[in-house]
Amino acid sequence: MKFSEKWLRELVNPAIQTQALVDQITMAGLEVDEVASVAHDFSNVIVAEILTAEPHPNADKLQVCTVSDGTEVHQVVCGAPNARAGLKTAYAQVGALLPTPEGGEFKIKKAKLRQVESFGMLCAEDELGMSEDHAGIMELAADAPTGVCLREYLNLDDKIIDVDLTPNRGDCLSIKGLAREVGVLNKAPVTFVDIQPVAPTIDDTFSVTLEAPAACPRYLGRVIRNVNMAAASPLWMVEKLRRSGIRSIDPVVDVTNYVLLELGQPLHAFDLNKLQGSIQVRMPEAGEKLTLLDGNEVELNADTLVIADNNGPVAMAGIFGGESTGVTSESKDIFLECAFFDQIAIAGKARAYGLHTDASHRYERGVDWQLQHDAIERTTQLLLDIVGGDAGPISEAISEEHLPKARSVKLRHNKVNAMLAFEMPAAEIEEILTRLGMQIETTEDASWQVAIPSYRFDISIEVDLIEELARVYGYNNLPVKLPTAALPFTSNDESKVAIHDVRRTLISFGYQEAITYSFIETGLQKLFDNQYEALALANPISAEMAVMRTTIWPGLVKALQYNQNRQQSRVRLFETGQRFLPINDELVQENVLAGLLSGTRDPESWTGKSQSVDFYDIKRDIEAVLNLGGAGEHFTFVADKHVALHPGQTARIERGGEVVGIVGALHPSLAKKLDVSGPVYLFEISLESLLQGHIARFSELSKFPESRRDLALIVDEAVAYESIRKIAEDNAGEYLKQITLFDVYQGQGIEAGRKSIALGLTWQHPSRTLNEEEISTAVQSVLAALESGAGATLRD
Amino acid sequence: MENMTSLLEQASAAVAAANSVQELDQVRVDYLGKKGPLTALRKGLGKLTAEERPVAGAKINELVQQVTEQINARKELLESAALELKLASETIDVTMPGRGQNLGGLHPVTKTLERIESFFAGIGYSVAEGPEIEDDYHNFEALNIPSHHPARAMHDTFYFNANTLLRTHTSGVQVRTMETQQPPIRIICPGRVYRCDYDQTHSPMFHQVEGLLIDKNISFADLKGTLEQFLREFFEEDVKVRFRPSYFPFTEPSIEVDIDRGDGKWLEVLGCGMVHPKVFEMSGIDPEEYTGFAFGMGVERLAMLRYGVNDLRLFFENDLRFLNQFN
Repeated sequence: MKFSEKWLRELVNPAIQTQALVDQITMAGLEVDEVASVAHDFSNVIVAEILTAEPHPNADKLQVCTVSDGTEVHQVVCGAPNARAGLKTAYAQVGALLPTPEGGEFKIKKAKLRQVESFGMLCAEDELGMSEDHAGIMELAADAPTGVCLREYLNLDDKIIDVDLTPNRGDCLSIKGLAREVGVLNKAPVTFVDIQPVAPTIDDTFSVTLEAPAACPRYLGRVIRNVNMAAASPLWMVEKLRRSGIRSIDPVVDVTNYVLLELGQPLHAFDLNKLQGSIQVRMPEAGEKLTLLDGNEVELNADTLVIADNNGPVAMAGIFGGESTGVTSESKDIFLECAFFDQIAIAGKARAYGLHTDASHRYERGVDWQLQHDAIERTTQLLLDIVGGDAGPISEAISEEHLPKARSVKLRHNKVNAMLAFEMPAAEIEEILTRLGMQIETTEDASWQVAIPSYRFDISIEVDLIEELARVYGYNNLPVKLPTAALPFTSNDESKVAIHDVRRTLISFGYQEAITYSFIETGLQKLFDNQYEALALANPISAEMAVMRTTIWPGLVKALQYNQNRQQSRVRLFETGQRFLPINDELVQENVLAGLLSGTRDPESWTGKSQSVDFYDIKRDIEAVLNLGGAGEHFTFVADKHVALHPGQTARIERGGEVVGIVGALHPSLAKKLDVSGPVYLFEISLESLLQGHIARFSELSKFPESRRDLALIVDEAVAYESIRKIAEDNAGEYLKQITLFDVYQGQGIEAGRKSIALGLTWQHPSRTLNEEEISTAVQSVLAALESGAGATLRD
Repeated sequence: MENMTSLLEQASAAVAAANSVQELDQVRVDYLGKKGPLTALRKGLGKLTAEERPVAGAKINELVQQVTEQINARKELLESAALELKLASETIDVTMPGRGQNLGGLHPVTKTLERIESFFAGIGYSVAEGPEIEDDYHNFEALNIPSHHPARAMHDTFYFNANTLLRTHTSGVQVRTMETQQPPIRIICPGRVYRCDYDQTHSPMFHQVEGLLIDKNISFADLKGTLEQFLREFFEEDVKVRFRPSYFPFTEPSIEVDIDRGDGKWLEVLGCGMVHPKVFEMSGIDPEEYTGFAFGMGVERLAMLRYGVNDLRLFFENDLRFLNQFN
């Protein structure tokens, strides 16, 4: 809420400067966002009257004006289209200092504009730093006193304070509320506006029935006849409204807005002659529509409280008035509404229509339910003062049982002391509560029963009061200590790999950690996954962030593209995060580790040109990570296909027969489509599986020598190494220790379509030396099994 | 015996003249070998008398020993010279860069997260994590933010449907912990959170660490002490810290914490407060028995302040030139 400092100081005027005041309310929980001057510094600008305005002899767009400063007449050349005889405007005299947009100042001097002398300048609002308005020179009221300093006339030595109120402090959404708070903080007296009942001069009333009394338990109405809509709002009111960011519309709207700012009570004025029959405050019927004051027609939701006449809805209660019954310049008689709408009945409703109004903002946060009589009297008085007319009596439709109940909260001294960790004296507690407008009803057993004022919607339980005590006492004046607690051990599952170690391992392999968005573009998502229909946001911020990723790869490949476009050719990235898989109406949020590898195997170096990475580079990195928990042998790689990957260079990673990850080369046509240079290798693995290792178990070391035999085999090129390894392992007997693949060869000397594979088999017995016969028996058994199982023959 | 003296001189000259181990070996063969003069002298001993023999024998032995010593000394000299020559030829430029893989690095957000986690782990907090796609109950209702609450407007929530959303904070994880665990509770909840807002200072996705401590007799003073010390340790500076009243539906009293790093400007760095009794009640913890505090901080914001980063969006562009600066 923006407000004029001077306005506040009319009610409460502590002897502190603006900055101290601002700091004080900020530290009381009413955070000040900005303090702005009402106008920039300037001098020697006065109210002046244009006597004559004639076309400039040498320029089409300029006029030569004569201007009276009250005592003398000056000639001023002016370019504003609205300069005209009779206009009262702002006149910067010769010698005046005006602000520049850059924050400096410039002096007005005698000048010649196209051969015509000019003594001073007529000013637009922007030239005085009052607004951005440069449409024309200022139009002051006809009764503005010529010759008076403009700063004095407009009361410009004032600050606009913008306070960002938290939703619990609806009571401060008015000058009255802010003044109350400043009074509390400074122990200063507050002078509230004296509101006296306006005696009715006519008997007219307009019938109101409360059909939804829980949502609207109190509705005050008042008829005012014969208003003069041609009257102008007084300058002081227009200026106060302007300083709160509200534009002057017409005197009736201005007055209701003024009272909203002054007291915090929203009001609405209807054109009485456009209302039909009577008013019902009710929930809408199905399909009812309302054209709002802004001209938009809305279909009313069933939960939106409306003000209706016999023809249907005429306003959205507490949110926005309707166009057809609004006050216009033609209006003669008005009906004033001043209601208490229940907080919950209004809360969230405006948002459902994309609306947010000064009224809804206040009702959502709670309006003082005791305020309506004062507010309607104040409004009536201001209206009669400005637009005249005859006021009828106030008619009140009320449902007492639905009005909020007066609240009383018990406060225990020991709870205050425990929460704040110090002994706050009882007298101080009582003093603070009293200052806050709370009434101490009873005091006993070191506790108080405290009556809560009707404007404090945020206080209903004990801790609300403790917060008030802390706030007024000053958070920073309260004690500071560290918690004391027992020191239990925390469990530490040794079989779990720490994510920290996974990251460090990849970093040591040259990978840089990336963080990409969890939501991505729909089309991109589809390029990487044709299995799952990605979950779409109902309100995405842009098309680029529309669906939840089912794989981290799109983000990583986009990051690759970004870096390749910036001359980074060697890119290794990894990311950990969630992917979101909609599986049969269930949403699986899975933590995964993903990586991307591209460019050369080693960084560019004097040691020679490094080769481009290939599948076995990324596979090594994965294998190392998979083995961090010592469970590497539980994972197997099986040739597979994937929509985003090269059909001949893709493997799924399995653990215990379950797929836990996938690795492969980015499909060259996808790389081309995404404009990245390949080859690019990608992997993605379930973190849960990856992090599950096992605890090491010692096995006795053999003291006896190992025996190794090397076998060079010829097999069909389609035969996977893994199947050969498996056969060898299964047939080499129980003392086999290790199988090493130490050469793979295709080409000269090997029949086309076949390949040579060299295996090293190592045996060792735990308690004796294996003899030659045992070894050759094992070798023969392996060879025989490989021949029958894999069509392998020994190479000559 | 004159013969022996000149023989020693000759041998010494030959040893000195040998310029390589091979040449020296030849000298050894020439003088000490089977056909050499010293062997010849030994053979001549037989012609001497029994009295002369030991004396002459000793002299010959002495001569052999002298020649051998000279050869060995010369050998050592030649070998060390050869080694030096070899070493000299093997000299390399040690200022050239090392070979092989260079290191990657952690993302600055993770780096900051890990630091924050380690501070709190050090005083007995454990890390709790949870789903990023949340239900309305755990993100709002259970935190005392019913559907009509104006505080919902502060959250700019991404929705999938009326009940499913992207979490706007990690507080849902705290709720889940309170639902399943009785106090004492000491947890921190790091993770990604989402808000429908995007400019230089707002990202639709960012990271938070929230913390929760619940025990008997936990006070406002404990909260102040914990966060004040955390901020000083995090920045490794004696930052000025102030506690400003604020409002969150799930805490009361609620606090925003500002710091001043010596330039007289207060910067908001985190929000916190004492856990609201309604939050306790909804999760089945007795607010008369237990009290606690909760806090939440934006990781990117802390990283920006710590490392001087000036644009939030840099964190998610994954520009290697940016990321490498934190390695």
